[in-house]
Amino acid sequence: MNAFRAVAVAMLLLGMQGGGVPAVAAPANAVDKPVRIDIRNFAFAPATLTVPAGTRVVWTNRDDEPHLITSAGKQFDASRALDTGDTYAVTFAKPGTYAYYCSIHPMMVGTIIVQ
Amino acid sequence: MRDANDSTNERRRHFLGCMAWAGAGTLWLMKGGVLQAQPLGGADAASAADASFSFVQISDSHIGFHKEPNPDVAATLRASLNMINAQSTRPDFLLHTGDLTHLSRPEEFDTLGQLMSEARSGKVFYVPGEHDVIGDNGAEFFRRFGERQQAGGWYSFDHRGVHLVGLINVLNLQAGGLGSLGAEQLAWLKNDLAGRSADTPLVVFAHMPLWPLYPPWGWGTDDSAEAMSYLRRFGSVSVLNGHIHQIQQKVEGNITFYTARSTAYPQPAPGQAPAPGPLKEVPPGSLHRYLGIRDVRHVQGRQALAVTEEVLS
Repeated sequence: MNAFRAVAVAMLLLGMQGGGVPAVAAPANAVDKPVRIDIRNFAFAPATLTVPAGTRVVWTNRDDEPHLITSAGKQFDASRALDTGDTYAVTFAKPGTYAYYCSIHPMMVGTIIVQ
Repeated sequence: MRDANDSTNERRRHFLGCMAWAGAGTLWLMKGGVLQAQPLGGADAASAADASFSFVQISDSHIGFHKEPNPDVAATLRASLNMINAQSTRPDFLLHTGDLTHLSRPEEFDTLGQLMSEARSGKVFYVPGEHDVIGDNGAEFFRRFGERQQAGGWYSFDHRGVHLVGLINVLNLQAGGLGSLGAEQLAWLKNDLAGRSADTPLVVFAHMPLWPLYPPWGWGTDDSAEAMSYLRRFGSVSVLNGHIHQIQQKVEGNITFYTARSTAYPQPAPGQAPAPGPLKEVPPGSLHRYLGIRDVRHVQGRQALAVTEEVLS
């Protein structure tokens, strides 16, 4: 899905530039590009994210309150406390559904669906 | 979708509506087994004279927080402690109802411990907030500030005929849930209270509200109703919490619930902002104006009807 989008954007840019290059090589591995989740107003955005296997997901805390990323089923390592602007990254190698939450504000929940 | 200006104006309007937000602490007077609150710094000698004893509650000092509206939370905690020290009647002890630190860092605990040692009071009793248990399930907090009565960290003690209970509701939180006491702690509480006369005044304290104050923001405790079922038979029960950085009160039969202000920064009233978190728009230099607020409460115990009176000025 992301590979499609990357190619489409690249083609659009080339078209706008009016370049005559017939084709541009897609990135060797589209999932190298990390996918971002913002933490804002005590919520994960997007709350549900679907990505291909191998995607690196990066959370960024945009709140003034610290938050943590904790797997609901201990499927991946928990983050340390993320202060404002701090990030945490996890690469999801295996397909599956990964529920997570903030262990100090547990009403904050999110899901990563890895295909 | 609102734009940023709308949001800012809304927050400003909201702030103007709740100016008296920062709390030095609350002086609690025990009178005839009924707890009364006095403003710290405003309690007159006459009202303290007929109290059997007093203690002070402070909360949410968030040492390590360094942003708007309070880049110096150590200074505002120190100001609170100075007000406690200036009381004509020395409180028997202090309660700190959690969020001592912002990020559970050792240097934050160090600063908190050093500041609290400046309080002229016999002893400080602590319960952890969720900010105090990050990364280690509270191991460092309990090592420094725990009472070491029970493995889980909860405890109780008697003071001049009053039974006080410190509960932990910030550990083992479940995805999608609120604060949690857990089966083991509830069993201990039930047993701790079982043999006591219903005449015994109870003071129960924990960080997160022990009633469903505003669950959409996580302001409540999943299994608090079970705990309340053990407390209901007692004639005078006061439940003291922190966490939400503002005063909220509720009376339910003989149980009075109370949340304290923070010594660090205010949070919005329930539902009055997109999310909880620091209220930023406090005019520069005006933090101290909001210390030493008036908060008077009187609750008639052992009556079917409890009367709560609150004056803010």
